[in-house]
Amino acid sequence: MSITLTDVQKDYNSGASKDTVQIGPVTTEIESGGITALVGPNGAGKSTILTMIGRLLDIDTGQITVAGHDVVSTPSKAIAKILSVLRQENHFVTRLTVRQLVGFGRFPHSGGRLTLGDERYISEAIDFLDLTELENRYLDQLSGGQRQRAYVAMVLAQQTDYVLLDEPLNNLDMQHAVQMMKQLRAAADELGRTIVIVLHDINFAAHYSDKILAMKHGQVVKHGTPAEIMQNHVLSEIFNTDVQVIDGPNGHLAVYY
Amino acid sequence: MTTSLRQDIAYTTRDVMVEDRGARRRRLWTPAFAIAILIVLGLLVLSLLTGQFDIFRDEDSFWMFWVTRVPRTIALVLAGASMAMCGIIMQLLTQNRFVEPTTTGTTEWAGLGLILVMLLFPTASLFARMSGAVTMAFIGTMIFFLFLRRVSLKSSLIVPIIGIMLGAVVSSFTTYLALVTDQLQNLGIWFAGSFTRVIEGRYELMWIVLGVTVLVFVVADQFTVAGLGKDMATNVGLNYTFVLFMGTAMVAVATGVTATVVGTLPFLGLVVPNIVALFRGDDLRSNLPWVCLTGIAVVTVCDLIGRTIRAPFEIPVGLVLGLVGGVVFVGLLLRQRKKGGLVT
Repeated sequence: MSITLTDVQKDYNSGASKDTVQIGPVTTEIESGGITALVGPNGAGKSTILTMIGRLLDIDTGQITVAGHDVVSTPSKAIAKILSVLRQENHFVTRLTVRQLVGFGRFPHSGGRLTLGDERYISEAIDFLDLTELENRYLDQLSGGQRQRAYVAMVLAQQTDYVLLDEPLNNLDMQHAVQMMKQLRAAADELGRTIVIVLHDINFAAHYSDKILAMKHGQVVKHGTPAEIMQNHVLSEIFNTDVQVIDGPNGHLAVYY
Repeated sequence: MTTSLRQDIAYTTRDVMVEDRGARRRRLWTPAFAIAILIVLGLLVLSLLTGQFDIFRDEDSFWMFWVTRVPRTIALVLAGASMAMCGIIMQLLTQNRFVEPTTTGTTEWAGLGLILVMLLFPTASLFARMSGAVTMAFIGTMIFFLFLRRVSLKSSLIVPIIGIMLGAVVSSFTTYLALVTDQLQNLGIWFAGSFTRVIEGRYELMWIVLGVTVLVFVVADQFTVAGLGKDMATNVGLNYTFVLFMGTAMVAVATGVTATVVGTLPFLGLVVPNIVALFRGDDLRSNLPWVCLTGIAVVTVCDLIGRTIRAPFEIPVGLVLGLVGGVVFVGLLLRQRKKGGLVT
């Protein structure tokens, strides 16, 4: 039971210059359990890989399986019960309350007609992300960070073994970013979810994840534990800039300025 | 035993609590809803009693009541409810608050379908004409939606502008066709959108939209999920393309039928969903009764205004709606600009 990528490739045609940006071919395996962080410089293909695993983006060649199910050939509805995915940008004009939105996380299971069991999962997810007080507020009345938490609550309410998140710390201030990572850590430890997350901040990745998958120029360049990645030469190589790893009060810290 | 009992109680309380939290999501039968129903019923009674003909004069005059007043009022109910419903469906499918059948060209395409059938088969039945309207409405709306998916527009305001432009092109083509075939007068009556012609024998097709409304109610959640955008909808396992297709078909049927029987009802689908969203949000299943009811109320009030202010003459309801809708449309724009962000 894991996420496997076999020769996965995606080509982008950037219209003006006629340059083709190639992501992949990527062959790797993301183990079940814990948090795996995808890191790397801009344009490395982290989001592309994540959204392809989440079948939101078509794969040009290769194959992706999640818990043994091919994400392309398995019916989308079946995938929705084992995998949830949240993109970075989520804009919609639909006016929903937090509870209504989180309730749609139950859609794969109940098709919208919520049972008492569904309501319980919804309440749990809302409480888990500290949104209890806000559950009947409309999303457009919330701050960016609160809204971000509501989206995460929605994918958690979906009760899938695999949760894919594309930069969920965007829009979050320091306090809420830390809080979000702690909550995701708890979701992995207490609820047994496998979380794959694109992170910008290498220090967040090092502290909160079990495995780090580093990408560069559309390729996986390193896949290992935080301790293996948090080394001067490895990080400098990945991020194209001098990085020094020092000992902080809570483990290794990467300093790059 | 005490512990298990206590546990039982604990579970029960928890169930009640959970149920209570959940119940807030979709409570429909509120006092406000009851009052709204009473108001709409009052308006409908008023519509039944309004007119030049004294229906209480003698026994024969009651026949008039059944032949004109009742069909007209039923048509008001069905047209008002369905056009408001079309608005919210289209807004969810395009994720744009300014979209509805008359700002996307759907109605104009329906008009083109009507005139095409009239030209090609001059003896065609009302049903055949309606089929033409529905088909063209579907094709036209699909073209517009596909266009929207191809082109990412910077501002949500551009969408209705393009839609209205497209509609204008289509309707000028329709006008040309009507002009060269001496059908202009028919077309003029149609464009105005009026319930005046709705009498027994001419309105029965309107019942089709009741079927559409029931269907929409059944699949309402799928439309709300589609309103979260393609990615989120796919995430929860929705077949987005299918829902888009199905929604367009439903809108086309409702718009085509209404266009055939009544004509254009501008802005109804724009005004009503936006007002309802202000108070109740966009959860379609719990809102649909409100959307329909408000649609009926707005169209009935506008029709009553049109029937009374220049009595014994009638002003087409489309004209009144256009005026009322235009004002609300501008109000919406200003409100969103004040709130900032949403328009861009």
